[in-house]
Amino acid sequence: MYTQAMDIPNTDGPTAVPAINEQAREAEFNERAGRGEIVEAKDWMPEAYRKTLVRQISQHAHSEIVGMLPEGNWVTRAPSLKRKTILLAKIQDEGGHGLYLYAAAETLGTSRDQMLDALHTGKAKYSSIFNYPTLTWADIGVIGWLVDGAAIMNQVPLCRCSYGPYARAMVRICKEESFHQRQGFDLLLALSKGSEAQRAMMQDAVNRWWWPVLMMFGPHDKDSQNSELSMKWGIKRISNDELRQQFVDATMPQGELLGVTFPDPDLRYNEARGHYDFGAIDWSEFWNVVNGHGPCNKERLQARVDAWEEGAWVREAALAHARKQAARVAAAAA
Amino acid sequence: MSNNKEWPLWEVFLRSRAGLDHKHCGSLHAADGAMALQLARDVYTRRQEGVSIWVVRADHIHASDPTDKAALFDPMADKIYRHPTFYELPDEVDHM
Repeated sequence: MYTQAMDIPNTDGPTAVPAINEQAREAEFNERAGRGEIVEAKDWMPEAYRKTLVRQISQHAHSEIVGMLPEGNWVTRAPSLKRKTILLAKIQDEGGHGLYLYAAAETLGTSRDQMLDALHTGKAKYSSIFNYPTLTWADIGVIGWLVDGAAIMNQVPLCRCSYGPYARAMVRICKEESFHQRQGFDLLLALSKGSEAQRAMMQDAVNRWWWPVLMMFGPHDKDSQNSELSMKWGIKRISNDELRQQFVDATMPQGELLGVTFPDPDLRYNEARGHYDFGAIDWSEFWNVVNGHGPCNKERLQARVDAWEEGAWVREAALAHARKQAARVAAAAA
Repeated sequence: MSNNKEWPLWEVFLRSRAGLDHKHCGSLHAADGAMALQLARDVYTRRQEGVSIWVVRADHIHASDPTDKAALFDPMADKIYRHPTFYELPDEVDHM
């Protein structure tokens, strides 16, 4: 998921054990968070809560920004002006989502430059899903339908997250995300009514994206470190496996409408459980991608670093201009 | 990366339509006020969310300290006579 950060081993090092009076404060905090109270930026919070949030929110922000790259690949090749304007609007939204989230993380005392530095040096992760290539136009539809659909499953509960600035950012993001999923489905619906070759292109895209999308929800609950604490603090509300199941159940009838199949022979409705069963996920692929060895990891990171470095002169010039203007105003007033 | 190379932080307030107050909607970094307005327009009004924008440098905001919350706001909790519902009037004038 965009918030996979929660499930990936922490490289920040251990958090110091708090002093006795801190422990009492922490117990009170945990109790308040457990009752569903909202924490605001300047409220007291345990250091571990702050660190966990900075990690999760900044990595969520990185995912939004890196997520612009696979889609940007198709802007110049969208098949019509209508599809091109829709795609541009969606990509612009992702940039906005990154901004809301970086701003939420900054309320916790980290700076934008620190976060970008962590991304560019490989210290911070982003969602594994954006390390896969967008080979055909159908991939753009599948990203909207499945990738954004999975993201929505995960993000809706985050609107009730215990940290106010994060929850408010998620409310805005979820409102906009619904357009993303619908435009993807609409794109695929058009392909499903098209030629044999178009339907084959759509099926191929579903085949390639299905398993990576299921991996977005992160490791199984039993293997997910940090999950318990995040649940206690009200940062995470629904477990990885529950969300994954919800997603599969919601997606099956939609796939039927499009006339696509899913590359999993074990996928079938289980009357007794009232849910779809699905096959075993290849976690070695997941960890391989998370650890930097997916099909596009190097390319994605390089694109971000290049954009940052090539934009440096613009940032510096704007700041120099602003300072010169301010100095002029001050001199005129003196 | 030194911190003074980072554009300052601005808080953005939007009036969603004429007749309503400006309301805080988010933050962004910009080199100066004109750029902050331009970026706020691009980021926070993509779906007609506003008809007017205020931007304020975040470091120009003076805010109450959360630890003073009880001292500042608890004294109002027992002043129920400040609310109209405190007064029970005869039925004849109860819509006053």
